Amino acid sequence: MSTVPGLWNITRRSLAKDLRLEWRSKDAINSMLFFALLVVVIFSFGFDPTAEESRRIAGGLLWVAILFATVVALNQTWTRELRNQVLDAYRLSPAPAQALFLSKTLGNFLFVTILELLMVPLFVVFYNLRSVGPVWQLLVVGVLATWALVVNGTFFAALSIRTRSREIMLPLILFPISIPALLAMVDATTAILTGENSPFFWIRLLAVYDLVFTSVCFVLFEMVLNAE
Amino acid sequence: MKTLFKLITVCTVVLLGYGFCQAMYIAPKEATMGDVQRIFYYHLPSAWIAFLLFFVNFLASIWYLIRRSKGADALALASAEVGVMFCTIVLITGPLWARPVWGIWWTWDARLTSTLVLWLIYVSYLVLRHYAVGGQIPVLASALAIFGFLDVPIVYMAIRWFRTQHPQPVIGGGEGSGLAPAMWVAVLWNLAAFMLLAGQYIWVRYRQALTTYDLEEAHAHASLHEEPGGAR
Repeated sequence: MSTVPGLWNITRRSLAKDLRLEWRSKDAINSMLFFALLVVVIFSFGFDPTAEESRRIAGGLLWVAILFATVVALNQTWTRELRNQVLDAYRLSPAPAQALFLSKTLGNFLFVTILELLMVPLFVVFYNLRSVGPVWQLLVVGVLATWALVVNGTFFAALSIRTRSREIMLPLILFPISIPALLAMVDATTAILTGENSPFFWIRLLAVYDLVFTSVCFVLFEMVLNAE
Repeated sequence: MKTLFKLITVCTVVLLGYGFCQAMYIAPKEATMGDVQRIFYYHLPSAWIAFLLFFVNFLASIWYLIRRSKGADALALASAEVGVMFCTIVLITGPLWARPVWGIWWTWDARLTSTLVLWLIYVSYLVLRHYAVGGQIPVLASALAIFGFLDVPIVYMAIRWFRTQHPQPVIGGGEGSGLAPAMWVAVLWNLAAFMLLAGQYIWVRYRQALTTYDLEEAHAHASLHEEPGGAR
């Protein structure tokens, strides 16, 4: 076990490398953004709600769209490391596995946050959304919910690259586990948008979910990375 | 070993038959629901056994990660498979019972929904086991099993709140505030019979999994001792 500054140092370098790679290739972010745009457009063809209705359904639509787009990004998290056996090099290096996991998770968190920042305005335009409840609560829900999707997603992406048909494997194992988080983020968002209920139970639940699964990911990641 | 297995098989068959008699003929007819309530004697024991087996799967997975024993992994696999089977029985008998009693096949009530989510989680566990390759299957599967089991209380909390927030379409039936003693007898006999059945399935799958391990090892050894290049 290395010290915390060491961990943070390696995390930062690994994250910087990922961001630089992404900045130059724009593999993940482009496909994710276009995919999300398609989902939004197709949804707005599928449903044609009034302003009142759209407040009720927008939470569900938005998070389902983000969930699908996130899977597109997550699938590319580790495949990049398979080329040239970079992942094997990581295993051999004395760098703590947790640093690698943390950097990948932070990277994905950043990508998905960018995606959300671009997608929410689209939703607002297409669905004539106006929140009844306070908007700052939506920010809290956004951060907690994104972390919930990304932390488990990054972990399960590391599981699924070890399987045959890895692209399809990730949603199959990620979605069932994410059901309570999805329920919480959708209901919290709907509660805030409609202003009818208090979202605080759901925000607490998301926080608990994040806490529990972030800890489990950290404990188990080294084992999964070195699984042979 | 073989005689013991046969003996248990006979016991299981006899118990299943006796449990059937208890459930269908001896247990009293339920006052409001009538004979359709007798499906309960299969519904409840299956549910308990499924939950028990998922717990066994969790413990076996942790044990595997600590000790890396083949036996623990075989047990985790067997308990997940048999658990999913019993959970499937619960999910099939439930709607069959709900339709005549509640008038609907399905309601998004807390217990129904959590059972469905549980089933989804463990099916995804089996899918992962099926698609993973080589010697890393047990580690990956154990990790997922731990995730799945920790998810259960969160799922339950979320769904209970989800349901209390919305109007309840149908007030849940179930056994209500108490069960007639004669009904308990039928429940317990069937529970014993199903337990034995589950134990036996697990035994078979456990032995099979261990044999598969040994076979793979033997193949690996054989390929090590093979002449390089095959036929010269």
